[in-house]
Amino acid sequence: MAIILDHVSHIYEKDTEMAAFALKDVCLTIPDGQFIGLIGHTGSGKSTLVQHLNGLLAPTGGHIYFNGRDIHEDGFDKKELRSKVGLVFQYPEHQLFEVDVFTDVCFGPKNLGLSVKETQLRAFEALRQVGFPEDYFYQSPFDLSGGQKRRVAIAGVLAMKPDVLVLDEPTAGLDPKGRDEILDRIAALKEETGITVVLVSHSMEDIARYVDRIIVMNRGSVLFDDIPKAVFAHYRELESVGLAAPQVTYIMQALREKGLAVRTDATTLEEAQREILRALGRDGK
Amino acid sequence: MGIIQASKLVFEYIRRDEEGNAEGITRAVDEVDLDVKQGEFVAILGHNGSGKSTLAKHINAILYPTEGTVLVDGKDTRDEAHIWEIRQKAGMVFQNPDNQIIGQVVEEDVGFGPENMGVPTKEIWERVEESLKAVGMYEFRKHSPNKLSGGQKQRVSIAGVIAMHPKCIILDEPTAMLDPNGRKEVIRAVRALNQVEHVTILLITHYMEEVIYADRVIVMDQGRVVMQGIPREIFSRVEKLKELRLDVPQVTMLAHELKKKGISLPDGILTTQELAQALMQ
Repeated sequence: MAIILDHVSHIYEKDTEMAAFALKDVCLTIPDGQFIGLIGHTGSGKSTLVQHLNGLLAPTGGHIYFNGRDIHEDGFDKKELRSKVGLVFQYPEHQLFEVDVFTDVCFGPKNLGLSVKETQLRAFEALRQVGFPEDYFYQSPFDLSGGQKRRVAIAGVLAMKPDVLVLDEPTAGLDPKGRDEILDRIAALKEETGITVVLVSHSMEDIARYVDRIIVMNRGSVLFDDIPKAVFAHYRELESVGLAAPQVTYIMQALREKGLAVRTDATTLEEAQREILRALGRDGK
Repeated sequence: MGIIQASKLVFEYIRRDEEGNAEGITRAVDEVDLDVKQGEFVAILGHNGSGKSTLAKHINAILYPTEGTVLVDGKDTRDEAHIWEIRQKAGMVFQNPDNQIIGQVVEEDVGFGPENMGVPTKEIWERVEESLKAVGMYEFRKHSPNKLSGGQKQRVSIAGVIAMHPKCIILDEPTAMLDPNGRKEVIRAVRALNQVEHVTILLITHYMEEVIYADRVIVMDQGRVVMQGIPREIFSRVEKLKELRLDVPQVTMLAHELKKKGISLPDGILTTQELAQALMQ
């Protein structure tokens, strides 16, 4: 159950004077069960890339395979694909529209042609997975806080039971606690169901904390594709393409420059803390 | 006298159900007193729904107080005769760069504000030039805003506000939609305006690292001001901030955790350099 991108290119406004490369010869494999972070500056091609994963955009060059089949060949069921690769857009709460939360989450599975009972079971399960309180199931989605609205929107995609969940900046505009809550939920969901998660984010700290693999996009091409430690070791190159390493990586650099013998590859707070305690000779206590 | 003075500011709105019947009253801002001095850099923190944006919208007369008063440069925001003057003195920059740019060319967009104010043409061009230079976007003056990055668009929005020669700029989560570089560019531009041009800054944000340079941090919860102080004082209270759904910069958090493990460190460390120095002593 993998998604394979084989030499995928995408040119916007092809054959016009405005033609612009959004993706250039991208080759990627997204296997089952990975938690992938997708980073890149504004305009680097991240959003164009994710819209190829469920066939919303067709490549102008190359092929995309889902479970071994070209998703743009004749007879391929795009509707099925879109339920299997769930895409949560930026500010997904703008797409809520039903009279109450539960009905809104039912919309996706209902459209798949499932029975009323199955639809409701899925909606219930999805709302539980995002940690949405039962007391508010029949509230209008418009009366909820920003964080709660976003959970409802994510539940709407989960109710389709996707194999791959793609989230485009799911925490933008949320307060710090709201950010942690959403990402903790997604991490728990991944543990629980083995779903593949692709997280697009501008927060290097969040990326470092949750994912097992980072794909860095720059000018429509893949610049790095590796485990977080290896990617953030290239922090100078990341800076030159509008990104950065997590703050702790810089802290470790500064400590080393001041003469504390620490390894500088920590990417999370916990790692940094352990490493500093070790360097200070306080780890045994 | 301060440039912005709110006293006992209350803002209430009526919640309505599907049919438009009144269900109850929500108090979004609850007896807030605020006194911001000319040239001050004030950051406002608070979780989603804590009332910070509602408070901000009172300062350039988008919303009016239910009770209490808001004075901008001595003018009452409820006095309609002063509304344009107030909006020119207190400019606002919002979260989404794409919603704030209207011009086809960067310099036209920046000139829109002063043109509307009736500034003479020659002076408009002078203002456009100085504003774009102030945010480091002068070389893009002939570009189409569509082709700019998020951080560049936000800096054009800020230039558009500066061109009206405000005394105060209110920024409501200006970096929420930007990549790391965009965030840095915008915060750098904001700090330069404050330090070089002495423009009063009110910055609302969810990124804790962005407020460490503020003169004062205000924390809101349930429509009230619940904490107030210099960044070091505020960020010394890690547990309290966590309770309020907020956070501290990663370096502050690291110092806090190390301290819990018995390393002797001062409270409220805000920068990497401070932590490095304190650890090496």
